[in-house]
This record gives sequence, structure tokens and C-alpha cells, in this order.
Amino acid sequence: MADQTYPIPGTLDRTPSGGATVLEWLHSWVVTVDHKKLGILYILYALCFLLVAGAEAMAMRIQLAVPNNHFLSPELFNEFFTMHGTTMVFLVGMTIIFGIGNYLVPLMIGARDMAFPRLNAFSFWLSAFGGLFLYFSFIGGFGLYGMGNAPDVTWWAYAPLTAKAFTPGHNTDYWALSLIVMGFGTLGAAINILATAFSMRCRGMTLFRMPLFVWLMVVTSGLTLITITPLTAAQVMLVIDRYLGGHFFDAQAGGAPIVWMHFFWIFGHPEVYVLILPAFGIASEVIPVFSRKAIFGYPAMVAASIGIAFVSTTVWAHHMFTVGMTSVGNTFFALSTMMVGIPTGIKIFNWIATMWGGKIRFATPMLFCTAFLFQFLCAGLTGIMLAVAPWDWQLHNSYFVIAHFHYTLTGSFLFCMFAAFYYWYPKVTGSMLSEKLGKWHFWLFFIGFHLTFDTMHFVGMLGMPRSIYTYQADRGWNTLNFWISMGGMIQAIAVLIFAWNLIRSYRYGKVAGNDPWDAWTLEWSTPSPPPAYNFAEDPVVRSRRPLWDIKHPNDPDWKYER
Amino acid sequence: MQRRRGLPPIQPQVLIPSLLCTHALRSVAEGAMTTPSILKPVSTPANEIFHLSLFVLLISGAIFVVVAGLLAFVIIRFHERRGDAEHEPAQIYGSAQVELAWTVIPVLIVVVLFLTTARVIFAIQDAPEPKSALDVTVIGHQFWWEFRYPGLGIVTANELHVPVSTQQRPEPTYLRLLSADVDHSFWVPQLGGKTDLIPNHPNEMWIDPLKTGLYRGQCAQFCGVEHALMLIRVYVDTPQQFDEWVKNQQQPGVQDSAVAVGRHIFETEACMNCHTIEGTSAHGTFGPDLTHLMSRATIAAGAATNTPDNLRAWIQNPNTFKPGALMPAMQLSDQETDEVVAYLTTLH
Amino acid sequence: MSTIPIFADENWKLPSRGRVGILSLIIGESAIFTIFVVAYVYYIGRSSYGPTPRILDVPYFNTVCLLSSSLTIWLAEHAIERGKIRTFGLWWAATLLLGAIFLVGTAVEWSRLIVVEGLTIRTNLFGTTFYSLVGLHATHVVVGLVGLSIVMLFTLFGRIEQRHAERIQVLGLYWHFVDAVWVVVFTVVYIVGR
Repeated sequence: MADQTYPIPGTLDRTPSGGATVLEWLHSWVVTVDHKKLGILYILYALCFLLVAGAEAMAMRIQLAVPNNHFLSPELFNEFFTMHGTTMVFLVGMTIIFGIGNYLVPLMIGARDMAFPRLNAFSFWLSAFGGLFLYFSFIGGFGLYGMGNAPDVTWWAYAPLTAKAFTPGHNTDYWALSLIVMGFGTLGAAINILATAFSMRCRGMTLFRMPLFVWLMVVTSGLTLITITPLTAAQVMLVIDRYLGGHFFDAQAGGAPIVWMHFFWIFGHPEVYVLILPAFGIASEVIPVFSRKAIFGYPAMVAASIGIAFVSTTVWAHHMFTVGMTSVGNTFFALSTMMVGIPTGIKIFNWIATMWGGKIRFATPMLFCTAFLFQFLCAGLTGIMLAVAPWDWQLHNSYFVIAHFHYTLTGSFLFCMFAAFYYWYPKVTGSMLSEKLGKWHFWLFFIGFHLTFDTMHFVGMLGMPRSIYTYQADRGWNTLNFWISMGGMIQAIAVLIFAWNLIRSYRYGKVAGNDPWDAWTLEWSTPSPPPAYNFAEDPVVRSRRPLWDIKHPNDPDWKYER
Repeated sequence: MQRRRGLPPIQPQVLIPSLLCTHALRSVAEGAMTTPSILKPVSTPANEIFHLSLFVLLISGAIFVVVAGLLAFVIIRFHERRGDAEHEPAQIYGSAQVELAWTVIPVLIVVVLFLTTARVIFAIQDAPEPKSALDVTVIGHQFWWEFRYPGLGIVTANELHVPVSTQQRPEPTYLRLLSADVDHSFWVPQLGGKTDLIPNHPNEMWIDPLKTGLYRGQCAQFCGVEHALMLIRVYVDTPQQFDEWVKNQQQPGVQDSAVAVGRHIFETEACMNCHTIEGTSAHGTFGPDLTHLMSRATIAAGAATNTPDNLRAWIQNPNTFKPGALMPAMQLSDQETDEVVAYLTTLH
Repeated sequence: MSTIPIFADENWKLPSRGRVGILSLIIGESAIFTIFVVAYVYYIGRSSYGPTPRILDVPYFNTVCLLSSSLTIWLAEHAIERGKIRTFGLWWAATLLLGAIFLVGTAVEWSRLIVVEGLTIRTNLFGTTFYSLVGLHATHVVVGLVGLSIVMLFTLFGRIEQRHAERIQVLGLYWHFVDAVWVVVFTVVYIVGR
């Protein structure tokens, strides 16, 4: 555990590295192939777009706070909900998981960098360009009623609404092309993670001694390979239809809109598991450290993660219960969807069992992970409700579904991302985030989240569909919508506090040292921030918690691990 | 507190004739429950779904209580206390028996849930169509609903009339769902789950409303700019009301010589390219059938109430109520618009 | 930074990153091809108008060439593992040639379909699915040929040595994948679909 910091040019030391000008500093970021810098680039990119997509959400909630509102025109509202969804899934979700993955995976397995550093840089810049291209749509061209050409066909872009006949402008083209480009970036990142985890582990780190976060990144990356690619294929088909006069989804030529639906959801469902699995990995790192216990049931957790990935590829048509599949088809997908709840439930039980008998310290990372456990339980249960196909015939495309997936994406995924920030920010920057601001962030966000998304379940059950820019005053949805919007405001304030915390703590945060949380995985053995080469000597490990073994030489893990 | 002078109780002899009048029917229905809640089913499919949902809620609730309870217990009981000894707690790495237990129990729960679900799926989707069923073809357009009754020779728009179905006289309505352009979805929560309208992919659903009244719904699959204002009104009529309505709808358009000017404008301007009025030369199918326009409570698929002023504003510029609606502003002079509105308001 | 050292004679062997990388890429590409194949199969016989698959000629010669190139590339890999650079160069050139013949043959087939039969990607649903699927495969052949050409150039300049055998094998894996996909595409388009 070297405590010395060697001044290395190009790293993030706050000590000025011998006269580097601003231009040289910027240049070092643009040309870097260092996984840590690329990870930070991904994460900063994701944070910027989190704020942008959050602003889009706020605008929508202002529009929906009262019935028959005129804050946003229908065209702009439709662009906003399409962009909010597309941005959050691709520009925030996918980038942040590969950002955190890029940063941590080599450190956690005792490697110097990723397997393919240049592919790493290429993947990032492709994704970054794709996202910027998507946002260029707001200003590129006049579009309908001068609203710009941002995609406005929902983030699942059903055919034939996306056909040139029904959407003659360039909105859909921006959507398809930017995501095709980002898809290749994601593919590169996934290939890199797999190659790194399989080929660059330090001595002694068998696959079953990898930290669970690395396992989850491996499973995520494997799933990504067969998840993003169907979307790319479908979007290529869409572009062929729109630009080369193809007929893939042209009902009059014999094509079928329902084929788009199948292809999109074959991507779309495993995609949400691609997003949530790294969040599970984060929880699996934070919860043990703050409970002061090893994770309960490591092999079961690995098996459950792989199980989730496999089963998730068989459930996609639960997004299509209302399209007129046969009763046998509906029954099959209802069953497979219920089955994916089983390995997911197992994970929740294992996390609770980890906390059982522990000495739980509720620092901010643990606050977020505990709330995650509660919210993910609720999300799973509403997911089971939606799996019950006849009930889904009522709930599909209603605000109940929006509530469900925000419980999984905001209440579970984002909460775990926040936990990751509070947990690893000290490692990345060398400073602790303010606990005080962290607690403000947590409680405000928790309250706002529940105010918004608990209420949303009810307005959905009262018949309010999604994707509507306004609603009638006599449907009984007014008060509920108002409170949903209020909750949104509270969440926005919490996120701003978080952003302020990130900025302020960089300069004024407490010095972190190597291992502020008394944790057990390899990244905590390096200085904070780590030098460019990560490890002065290649580590050799003998168990899942190498630092535990060092701190407890009389009671090391390798005596007990299965 | 002064005693308010009460109104005399309404006599049935006064009430029933009023009810038979379409206008009165509308206002009574307006006062009825207008929230399209899935928790207030009035039709067998919606009822089946509701009862299934209660069962699922019960199971989910039980799971929630147990797991959230465990979580709460763990948070409180194993919270780090000040002055805790410096050593770490006992490290427990796992337990095969526990893992087995909490795998088997969820599997059993899934089996129960699945069997119940499958039963309801088959009961609703594969219910055989009885001979007494009323057939309605629903065609989704951007942004309005076309309703055709093939057995009765009726074409109307946006407001569906169906007979009430009782134990003694079961009369379900079977809807055949088609689309003229993009994907839509027919959703009237109190009458049943939603089913999509997909071009070149006919779908079917059925409802058997057990209580008269007006039930609201709207399109539930994003179909473009004005998806939000593609509303549905379903009037569940008593048998007599329904027969009255059918008879009226089967008549050709009212021929009132007082508004011949307006009718002439309608037939010679672009109106006839998109709209049909039976008994005139207007046979367009791109827009709603207007033969009995005044029998409807709303225009523009619920975007505005059906009043002469709204009709005028709509014809002058549809973007007033529904920016992005596919009907163009008709560029008629004020005088012409007045004539046309006067004509349309005779079409009962 | 080390824990208690593990036994000195324990072998620590990890898979090569090139192999893991290319296998991951192959899995991803297989998913893309699967979607196009599924679309093709689903749409067989569903064109409401226009030319049918009857107008296709089965490309036996092209197929033999492409599949033989898998053999020649294997022989090339075999040679470089043993350090026989000249033999490697010859078999590699044969692979390149066979791949190029396949592409030329595809071009000839397409020109007949377009000019004589009037089938383009926009003619009808069959045209769309045919050109998309076969075109996607052809694109992968082109990419493969670019890789093969680069290695050919390095060989001609004498830069390839025995120690590059592993990297050559990684490229070989990609080429085998392209051939395997052709087996599927050929079966679906020219046997099942016609």
C-alpha cells in the first residue's frame, strides 16, 4: 500500500505538473487513452446530459401541472418526451455505466489499463459525437412549426409513424443515425470490458475472486453485445426504408409494423437490464463495506446475475401484450417475465442478508443504497403486476408504467449511481464529498422522488395514458398531476445541490487518502487519485477481499471462502 | 342556518322522456363519474381484470410487508451504535440452505400467479362470440375514431353507442380494430383493457357493459402531434335508447331548405373531399362522417364541445383547438362560414 | 502491493485479449445478422407485388470460392505458426484472391438482377430484404478483405514474422465468421426462400 504519490504528467494531481499550459492540459484530455481519464470523460458527459434531460422533464411537468396548459406546444412537448427518454437511456445511462466501468474495472482487477486503450478512446468519442449529433437536431433546420427537428416519435419510435409518409422531416433521421453511431461506441466499450476482465486480471484473481462489480460489468457487457446490435439492425432497416425506399415496415408492400415492435423490444427489454446490472454491482460493493461484512452468497449473486441476463432476453414481448398476440403468446411472455423476478429477488435477499448481523454505517453512499433496496423491491413488485398480462391490458402505456420504470431507473439505477459518486469520488479526485450536502441531497431527492412517482401510480390507474401533452380538466387527474410536478421540483433542487457538492468538494473537500472507507478491494490500495500506471507493483491476491486479508492477517478470507 | 327551499322531487313521468332526448342524456351523463378509472369496471373483461388485480395486489402486498419489514428491521437493529467495539462483526459468507429457501418460495409464488394469469388471458381473449353480439368496426385515424356498424349500415365518429348487456339479455359488443394510418390504441378503462390498432393487422376485442352511462377513454398509443386529443366517448344505452339512436343514425342527412346555401357551400368547397353526409354528394372518407354531427356531444374527437361557436372556430382554423390536426383551415369568408355552420347545426 | 504470495509454481494463464475481443465482436455481429435473417425469413412470400425469389440463380461458384478461402486461411495460419513465412504468404494471397472472386461474382449477380430483372432495394419487399441481407454480408466481406490486404502488404514488405501468428489467427477468426454467416445466408436466401 504505497502512500507516496509520484508526480506523473497527465494525471489528475492537483500539484501542477511542471508548467503545463491550459492548452496542453486540454490536449491531454482529448488524446488520452488512459482508462481513468476516459472514464471521467464518460461520467462528465453523462452528468451534463442528466441535467439537460432533467430540464426537459421539468418543462414537461410544468406543462402537465395543470390541465389544458399552454406552457409547451404539442410539437415541443412531443420532442421533449422523446428526447428525455432517449437522452436518459443512451446519453446518461449507457455512458455512465461504461464510464464507471472503465474507471474501476482495471483498478479492481489489478491491471494497468483496459485491454484496448485506443479502442476505448475511439468508443468514447463515437458515443460523444453521436449524442451531440442527436442534440444538434434541436437547432438543425426549422422543423414543424419552427420547433426544430428533434425526434418526436417517442423513444421507441414505432413504425409506421416513423415512415417518411408520416414523419417527412428529419426528426426520425437524427434519432436513428445518432443512435447507430452511439451503438458502435457502446459495442467497442463492451468488447473492451470483456477482454480486460478475461485477459488482464492480476495473479491469483480467478474469475470467482473478482469483485462483484467487475462480474456485473462482465455480464452487462456480454448482454450489451446481443442487445444493442438488434437496435442497430432495426435502425439500419428504418434508414433503408426512409432513404432508400425500402419496405421493411411498409404495410402496403407486405411489410409489418409489428416487426419493428419485436425488433425494438428485443433490444429494449434487455437494455434496461444492461442499465440496472452495473447498479447492482455498485450496491454489491457499497453495502458490504458499510455493513462491515462480506457480501452474503457471492456464488449465488454471480449465478443470479447471469440468470437475469439470460432470462431477460426472453421477455421482450411483455411490452406488446396489447398488439394482438395470441393467448398462447401472451401467456408465454407473462411467464418468462414473472420468472425474471426470481433471480432478481434472490439478489435483494442476499443484500439484506449482508446487512444482517452487520454494523451498518449510514454514510451517504449507504443511504442511497438502502433507499435503492426499498425502491427496487417496489419496482420489482409493480413489474410483477405488469407481467400479469390482463392487468397490463389496462396499465400498458399509462402513467402506471411510467411510475414503474422510473422506480427502476431513477429510484434504483440513479440512486445507485449517486451512491457510486459518494463512494468513489474520493478515489477519483483525492477529496471527500461533503457529508452534510450529501445528506441534504439524499433526503430532498428521496422526498421528491416519492412524491412524484408514488403519486404517478395512482394517476395511471385512473386512466391517464402516457405521451399526452395535456389532459381534460374533468378526468380527476388535476390534483395528482400537480403534486407529481411539485415532487419534480424538489428532485431538481436536490440534483443541483449534488452538482454543487461535486464542484465545491473538488477544491474544498477533506483530503481522502488511499482508503477513506476502510474497504477491501484493490482500488483502495492505490493513492487517491491513482497514478497513471495504477499499481507500482503488480498485485497478487488470494481471496475476494485482498485488503481484508492484509488488515486481518490472523483471519484472512481465503481460509473461509467457498 | 336558513333552511334552503327545496325543489319538488322529480317525478319519473318527467324524468324518462327527458332521458330519451339526446341533449338531456348528455347532461345527465356529464354529471356521472367522469374519471376513467380501472378500479371502477362495468364490463366483464374489465371486471375479470379488476378481480385478478386484487389477487395480485394481495400477493404483492404480502411480499412487500415481509421484505420491507426485514429491511426495516435490519436498518434499525444492526445500525452502528456509538461506542461499538472496534472489531468487525462476524463475517458470514453464505448459506446454501437459505439460498435454496428463498429461491423455492418465489418459484412457488410465480407458479400460482402464472396459473391465475393464464386462466384470465384465455377467458378474455378466447371467449367465443355469441350470436347476439353487436359488431362494430373501429378504424383509427390521425387523430379521430371512425365507428362502423356493418350489420346496421351506420357510420359515425368518435362517440360510440352500444347497448347495455344484462344477465337476462347478454349483448356484448365485438370490436374489430383497424387502422388507416399509424398505430393507435383503443382504451376505455371501465369497459376493458386496451387493444392496439395496427395497419394491416386487424385486432379484436369485446366489451359487455353492464351499466348504462357515459364512459370515457382515449387513444393510448402515440400516433403523432395530437395523440393527446384523440378522445373516446362510449354511451352505454338502454335497449330502447339504443334502438332510437340506431334508427336516427340510419336516416340520411336532414334536408332543411332554410340552410340550402350552407349545404351548397359544403358540397362545392373542399369539404366534400374529406367528409360524408348521406343524402348529399359529399362522400369523402378522409375525415369523420358528418351525417348526424349534431347527435354528438363533442367535435374534433373530444377537443371541444359541439356548439355553433366552436364549430365556427374549428372550420376557420382547426389549430384553435388541435394544433396539428390534419384538417386544413378552410379559408372561407365569414359569411360562408356562418352559412356552413347554420347547415351543419341542422344535421341531427 | 501484495498479499501472502501464492505458490510459486502455480500457472497463471489468461486467455489472449485479441481472441476474447474478436469473439465478442463476432457475438455482437451475429446478433445483427440474426435480426436481418429473421426479417428475411418472416417476409418470405409476403411481397404484395413485384419480382419473386424465382429470379435468383444459385451462386454455387461464389460459395465454393468463399468457403474454400476458409481452408486456405487455415493453411496460412498453420504455416505462420511454424514460421514458414513464404508458405503463409502464398496461402494468404490465395485467400485474398478467393474472397475477391466472391465479391466480383456478387457484383455480377447484382448487376444482372438490377438491369435485367429490374430488382432493386426499393422495388418491393423481396428486393429490400434480399439486398439488405446479402449486402450486409458483402459489406463484412469487404471489411475482411481490407484486413487481409493490409496483412498482405506487410507480408510483401517482409514485416510479418512468426511472433505475429496470434494476431493473424484473430483476423482468421473474423474471416471464418464471415464464411459461416454466408452458409446461413446462402441457405436462407437461395435454398429455403426460393
